Amino acid sequence: MRRIGPFLVEKDLVAPPGRVLAVSTAALLLAFLVAGLVFWAYGVSPWAAYRTIFVETLLSPSGFAEGVRRAIPLLLAGVGLVLAFRGQFWNIGAEGQLLLGAVAAAGVALFAPLPGPLKLPAMFLAGFVAGGLWAAVPALLKLRLGVNDVLTTLMLNYVAVYLVEWLIHGPWRGRTAFGFAYTDRFPDTAMLPLLPGTYVHWPTLLLALGLAWLAWFVLARTVWGYPVRVTGDNPEAARYARMPVFWVVFGVALASGGLAGLAGVGEVAGVHGRLLGAYQISLGYGYTAIIVAWLARGNPLGAVLTALFMGLVFASGDVMKIALQMPFRVTDVFNGLILFFLISTERLLYYRVRWAPARKEH
Amino acid sequence: MTEPNALLTLKNVTKRFPGVVAVDGVSLEVRPGEVHALLGENGAGKTTLVSLLYGLYPPDEGEIFWQGRPVRIRSPQEAIRLGIGLVPQHPLLVRAHTVLENLALGMPRGFLFPTRGLEARIAELTRHYGFRFDPHAPVWQLSEGEKQRVEIVRALLQGARLLVLDEPTSVLTPQEARELFKVIRRMRAEGEAVIFISHKLDEVLEVADRITVLRKGRRVGTIAREEADKAELARMMVGRQVSFERRKPPARPGEAVLELAEVHAASDRGLPALRGVNLRVRAGEILGLAGVAGSGQRELVEVVTGLRRPERGEVRVLGRAPWSRRRGRIAHIPEDRRRQGMAGGLDLAENLILHDYARAPFARGPLIDRRAVYAFAREQIARYRIDPPDPHTPARLLSGGNLQKLILARELHGAPPLIVAVHPTYGLDVGATELVHELLIERSRAGAAVLLVSEDLDEVLALADRVAVIQGGRIVGEVPAEAADRERIGLWMAGVEA
Repeated sequence: MRRIGPFLVEKDLVAPPGRVLAVSTAALLLAFLVAGLVFWAYGVSPWAAYRTIFVETLLSPSGFAEGVRRAIPLLLAGVGLVLAFRGQFWNIGAEGQLLLGAVAAAGVALFAPLPGPLKLPAMFLAGFVAGGLWAAVPALLKLRLGVNDVLTTLMLNYVAVYLVEWLIHGPWRGRTAFGFAYTDRFPDTAMLPLLPGTYVHWPTLLLALGLAWLAWFVLARTVWGYPVRVTGDNPEAARYARMPVFWVVFGVALASGGLAGLAGVGEVAGVHGRLLGAYQISLGYGYTAIIVAWLARGNPLGAVLTALFMGLVFASGDVMKIALQMPFRVTDVFNGLILFFLISTERLLYYRVRWAPARKEH
Repeated sequence: MTEPNALLTLKNVTKRFPGVVAVDGVSLEVRPGEVHALLGENGAGKTTLVSLLYGLYPPDEGEIFWQGRPVRIRSPQEAIRLGIGLVPQHPLLVRAHTVLENLALGMPRGFLFPTRGLEARIAELTRHYGFRFDPHAPVWQLSEGEKQRVEIVRALLQGARLLVLDEPTSVLTPQEARELFKVIRRMRAEGEAVIFISHKLDEVLEVADRITVLRKGRRVGTIAREEADKAELARMMVGRQVSFERRKPPARPGEAVLELAEVHAASDRGLPALRGVNLRVRAGEILGLAGVAGSGQRELVEVVTGLRRPERGEVRVLGRAPWSRRRGRIAHIPEDRRRQGMAGGLDLAENLILHDYARAPFARGPLIDRRAVYAFAREQIARYRIDPPDPHTPARLLSGGNLQKLILARELHGAPPLIVAVHPTYGLDVGATELVHELLIERSRAGAAVLLVSEDLDEVLALADRVAVIQGGRIVGEVPAEAADRERIGLWMAGVEA
């Protein structure tokens, strides 16, 4: 217990949900405040910028639909990362896993001689497997050789980026692309339907929502989720209880890579219709998904809300580009600030501040 | 009412932590040339009190006087400058360095090691107090007792006039403890003051001049040794009459449940930890395994419970290897209940199914039946009187005693044929200790084989039917409890072949 002016600061052992909400909101507001300074330095009035963003994303149907469209890959990858982090697999590689999913989907779409109705299911399956395998490599390195998973998953992102670049410049370059670096357009049977007037590829959205629920259910209510929760909470206890720690970590790695892979499938089959440059397929969804997972605080269902929130942040990047002539990458500044303030306010969750002015002693 | 000749005086000192008052209005004074024991159970506030004296944190209320003058001790450096020396429970020495280098590290002098002048002073001190250690030996070669003596010398070199010994005998063999008491008496004769912290009644009665008893952060009383007797001290410490006798019906050992033959195993660091262990525990008996810390107990327990594969030798639990998936249930009361025995973020009910989550009635197919899980939890909470009784409480909020009850409820469920209990009462209050002891006796008499691993020789002697001593990764002696002789066991523990 400590006194700061008229306040008493006390430490708690548990963070009550109300305080989690309050502190998280405060962190977000601080991020917006500092981002406002960036706007101001850029010569844009922060007040006008935020008003424009608010009107153009939350109040405009097409702006909101853009937010939802961006939320789809964030939700898929974010749910995967929630699982990974719950199971002590520190996956920073959702970006690369997403790209691998896109690559696999493009391969199936362009080259697999499958009947029309089977195309899309095969693309999703291939995307899941490819993303999962991309995550399985660092998982095995961690489990068998003790190699740091943060580093390996991160570095594999760059490998994935160059794999995509090589494919679109080399063997998969489209005959109809006239020298541009992308593949041919997918056949119509390999394209996802959209909500009319938007880019919202609704089958992926439904899939993402369903998988968020499934992930929650598996974690909370099944014999596969229980060891994940124990391992994530205390790996020593999992070892003591002779739980299959290897399979827990390997399982969450596969699942999180696979979900990121599905996000990649959705992007190429729903939005672009071809495999193109890595930075065009993904706007850093795999990295932003880390924030989505962090904000969700270990709850896959929480990721539904946080993915939508971050999706709207991306949509506001569009607004800033078009309405305010700012670079789209301002969203990166946003993302960085949000993550920074969230992590740095983490400790505050365990402190309670009470108003208790010191009484004069007689 | 500060005594004029007191070296250290505490007046109504209070220290609060979230949810607890660790030290509650304690007053105390220590005179030069006296050995003042602080006696209390774990959680009574002894260690907090020491931390206040050593400047690790400030008291919330109350005053501290040093030689009659009020002082505020803000850091260990200030405590040392005043002349307060702390000998910590677990020595804080750099293992790869020599004793001399470690001692030089604590001296407030120069950038380069001033070892030359130091050596003469060390030699003088060691001669004076009858210490025996080689100042040029690297610390990792020393026994726990020797390391403790290095810590004492360090405090004396720093000019300590009040030496605080925190649970000094917990890492010592009985013989080493006796050596330590000799040193303490010598220091008292020199006019040094000693605060001796312990929860063991016998040693407090042996070494102290005055005894202050703490309970739940409060001072119960201070009495001179001449006026103290064991039963009275125990009553003050616990707050009720305590029986030291454990009623134990005679053992009727049956077939061997656990058998180890020539077992060799490596430690986590790859060093040989078990070097040919032969051991057998039969149904219906308690085998007490005594030994100083780090003699191979951990590796032995892990081999027996299937957490570590031996490099050589045979381990069988009812004929099966303990690491096989299909072995029967082995109850394992772990050494460190917080680090190993629970998933702190999961609730009480979920912690109770740590082993059985995939079995009926808790699992139906791949689904966990939450109704069955919470019904089981309520039943066990009532049976073991776990507090708080809400099965949704996160396990990390449980106190040590209640956490141990949770672990017992989980581990003893389903009448396991083998129970491995490691330091099962470490840090528990007397009530919880009694419960653990009674349960272990009851289960063994009901036919379970119990392997009790403890560094507390009194506990081993009170519970075990047979006592085995582990030293240097080998079983160096084994004796029926009736014939057990503390002296001989102590020699075995120290590695002196008898």
